[in-house]
Amino acid sequence: MTIRHILYLFLTLAAFWLLNSGIYSALMLSLGAGSIAFVMYISHRMDVVDHESQPILLSWKLPLYLIWLCKEVVVANAVVVKHIWLGGRSISPTLATINVTQGTDLGKMIYANSITLTPGTVTVDVVGNQFTVHALIRENIAALKVGDMDRRVSELEN
Amino acid sequence: MGTVVEISSGFFLLVGAFLSVSGGVGVMRFPDFYSRMHAVGVTDTLAASMILIGLMLQMPESLVVVKLILILLLTLFINPTASHALAKAALHNNLAPLLDKSGDNNAGDDSSNS
Amino acid sequence: MIAVATIAILVVMILAITRGIVGPTLYDRILAVNMFGTKTVLLLSLLGFLMGRPEFLDIAIVYALINFISVTGILRYSDALGSTVSVDEKPEKKES
Repeated sequence: MTIRHILYLFLTLAAFWLLNSGIYSALMLSLGAGSIAFVMYISHRMDVVDHESQPILLSWKLPLYLIWLCKEVVVANAVVVKHIWLGGRSISPTLATINVTQGTDLGKMIYANSITLTPGTVTVDVVGNQFTVHALIRENIAALKVGDMDRRVSELEN
Repeated sequence: MGTVVEISSGFFLLVGAFLSVSGGVGVMRFPDFYSRMHAVGVTDTLAASMILIGLMLQMPESLVVVKLILILLLTLFINPTASHALAKAALHNNLAPLLDKSGDNNAGDDSSNS
Repeated sequence: MIAVATIAILVVMILAITRGIVGPTLYDRILAVNMFGTKTVLLLSLLGFLMGRPEFLDIAIVYALINFISVTGILRYSDALGSTVSVDEKPEKKES
């Protein structure tokens, strides 16, 4: 817990309060300052203020990755909607184990969340360097095993 | 407000409504729990995004747009976590997924528990 | 267009509630409740615009957070039950 993390937490909380409040009188601002101090005290007690809780500091490649992820989500949505209207006979549910190459917990978290966010694939379990993934159709697992998303997430974490 | 913004807002709202209904139909049609989860994923990601983007175009007032973006971010961060926790709990409590038989295309033949 | 989207969301909520009542397993019901909560957030946003009262968005934000906490709470409870309980037919554990 360095001074930089405390500063970033304070700025995040202050921005959250100011954007949600919209009333900038002295009373509301002092209430906001009290709330921020209270939340920072609780975060300090819980010992969660470290580099993992602030993925903004991750990498400058994150916006590029998010844009790519948005495109993937749109494509996957189209596929799942097509299979919804084709009916239950057209799907081929698959449960498979895939290997991941991320070194850090944060990288694994981003990869697992990206898999789950993409419709058609859900990360069911994470054990070590292996994810158990349930897919709506078999081609999704094949696409994950090619490892395009895996490579892009690994590039994020340095 | 320009008509272009109005038309694109209506377009986003209509696409979002269609995707929502598709997800709802998928929840009713799919044969087992795990595949229904994917249908819920459609309504949680793209449908919610489309509807909220359509609403953002409706009112170009900064604080309202910021709140809509906050709702969108919360939805996109929270729902994968909830889906993952749900699937993990289901698998750990021995709810067997209905799997496709390898090779030939006979998915959903033994849909006994739906 | 906002009215059309609102009606579509209401239809989806009816479908989710139907799945929650029909759902053969406990997890189908939790899934339906989660989906219902997400759709409630969208419905609140749409209603705020339909009635011209953007203050509804604050309620929508709070509802999104509460929805996540409730689903996580139910899942921790069902995890605490352990794998000794059969989940296929569980009529007495019908959460609302």
